[in-house]
Amino acid sequence: MISLGLEGTAHTAGVSIVEKIDGKCNVLSNVSSMYRPVRGGIHPREAANHHADVFPGLIEKAIEEANVDFSEIDIIGFSIGPGLGPCLRTTATAARTLAIMHDKPIIGVNHCIAHLEIGRAITGCHDPVLLYASGGNTQIIAFLEGKYRIFGETLDIGIGNCLDKFGREAGISFPAGPEIEKIAKNGRKYVELPYSVKGMDVSFSGILTAALHALKEHSIEDICYSLQETCFSMLAEVTERAMAHTEKDEVLLGGGVASNKRLQDIIKTMAEERGAKFFVPPRQYLVDNGAMIAWTAILMYESGYRMGIEETAIKQNFRTDEVEITWR
Amino acid sequence: MEMIKKGAEAEIYLSTWMGRRVVIKRRIRKGYRIKELDEKIRKQRTRREAILMAEARKAGVAVPIIYEINNFEMEIVMEYVDGERLKDIIEKLDDNEKRRICQEIGKSIAMLHKNGIIHGDITTSNIILRDGKIHFIDFGLGMKSAENEARGVDLHLLMEAFNAAHADERLFRWVMGGYKKNFEKGNEVERKIEEIVRRGRYMRRVE
Repeated sequence: MISLGLEGTAHTAGVSIVEKIDGKCNVLSNVSSMYRPVRGGIHPREAANHHADVFPGLIEKAIEEANVDFSEIDIIGFSIGPGLGPCLRTTATAARTLAIMHDKPIIGVNHCIAHLEIGRAITGCHDPVLLYASGGNTQIIAFLEGKYRIFGETLDIGIGNCLDKFGREAGISFPAGPEIEKIAKNGRKYVELPYSVKGMDVSFSGILTAALHALKEHSIEDICYSLQETCFSMLAEVTERAMAHTEKDEVLLGGGVASNKRLQDIIKTMAEERGAKFFVPPRQYLVDNGAMIAWTAILMYESGYRMGIEETAIKQNFRTDEVEITWR
Repeated sequence: MEMIKKGAEAEIYLSTWMGRRVVIKRRIRKGYRIKELDEKIRKQRTRREAILMAEARKAGVAVPIIYEINNFEMEIVMEYVDGERLKDIIEKLDDNEKRRICQEIGKSIAMLHKNGIIHGDITTSNIILRDGKIHFIDFGLGMKSAENEARGVDLHLLMEAFNAAHADERLFRWVMGGYKKNFEKGNEVERKIEEIVRRGRYMRRVE
C-alpha cells in the first residue's frame, strides 16, 4: 500500500510518500518547507499562508522523488490536529482537494501519535514510552489498555516554546533551540533555576521567567547551560517515572527538541541506568514530517479506519488518548 | 539490609536501627543529572518528605515515625509499619469493616488537607493497616498546599484506585463521607473532584 501524507500543524509543511512493504515502512520521499518568521515567533496566519504557497510545489516534488504516478497512490493522509487552526485548515484543504480530485480515501491523523508510530517504524522498537518534545507539545506517551495514554505533560508551555521565548528575549533568532545548544557548550557554572516537576507533569513558564532574570547577572553561556540542564533533567525524571509506572523497558524520542544532543545524552543515560533500551530516529523523522502522517494513515486504513470528507474537520485540541487504536 | 522496593527515584530497604526494625528510604543519585542539580533535588525532597511526615503526625494522622535523616546519603530512617497493604486485604473485609476503614481514611485525609498537607500519591498500596488502624506511607510526591485543586487531585487518585482496581464505588463514597464530616471545605473539594473527572486528563493506570 502506498500513502501520501501531508503534515502542517505548525511551522512546517511536509509532504511524503510512504510504502508499506512486507509490513515495513519504506519512505519513498519526504520533503518539507519551514516557515521562518522575519522576527519573533510563529504568526499562525502567516504560517498558513506559507503552507498554502508551498504545498503545490512540495506535492509535485514528493511525487517526482518517489518516482510514482498518482494512480499508484492508495490513500491520502493529513494531520488533523492538534495544532494551530489556520495551519491545520490549510493542510486539510490541500488533503481534501487531492482526495476528491484523484478519488482517493482520506484519513485524518493525530499528529502526536504519528510521531510515535514513525519512531517505532524507523527505529524498530516495539512498545516504548515516547518522550515527545517539540515547540508546542511536551508529552510522555505510552500504550496501555488499548490506547496511547499521556502519562505526563507540560502544564503550561511546550519545552521548545520555552527555549524559543528565551531566545527571542536574549536576541537569538527563531527557532532558538539549536543556537542555545551551541552556546550552552561554553557554559561552566550552574545557575540555580526552579526545578518544576509536579507528580508526572512538568512546567516551564517559571523557569523561563527565572532564566530571563538571571541573564542580567550571569553570562548567556551559563544561562543556556543551566536552562538546558534543568529542563532536560525534568523531562528525564518524568519519562523515567512513566517507565517505572508502565513497566516498559524502551524509551523513544520524538519532536524537534529531541534532536538536541544533550537531551539525547540525558535520556540515554537514564535508560542505561535502569537497564532500558534507548531509541532515537534520524532528525528528519524527529521534526514534523509528512512521512509520519503517511505511515500512520496506512496503519489506520489497514485496520479499518474510514473517513468521509465531512468527517475531516480539523481538531485543534485533539488529544492523544481520544484516538481509538485499531492497529495494535 | 534487604532491598524491598526500587522505585524511579528511591530504593527502599528493610533494616535494623538501635534494635528496631526500620525502613530506610534512600534517594538514589541520577547519573543523567549534573551533580549540582542532583544533590539539590535529592536533598530538597528528602527534607520535604521528612517535614511532611512530621507535620502529618502532628495533625494526628498515623505515619511511620522518623528516627533519623541522613543528609549525606539522602536517607530517611523510619519505623517499619508491620501490617498489610490495604490493596491486598480490602477485598477480604466485610462491608462494615470496609465502611469503617474508608470513613477513617476520609477523616485522615481531611486532617492532612486541613493542615495544608497534600500526600500526592494516595493509592491503596500506600495505606497500611496495622491492628485495625490505618497508616499513610510514602510522602515522596507530597507538597504543601491549601488549594482545593491540589486537594481534589489528591482524592481523585484514590477514587480511581477504588473504582478501577477494586471496582466498588461505595468505597470512595464512604471516604468522602468521612472527609466531609471532618473538613468544612469538604463540599467544595467534592465539587472540584467532579470538575477534575470532567476534565478527564488524569488517565493513569491503577496498580
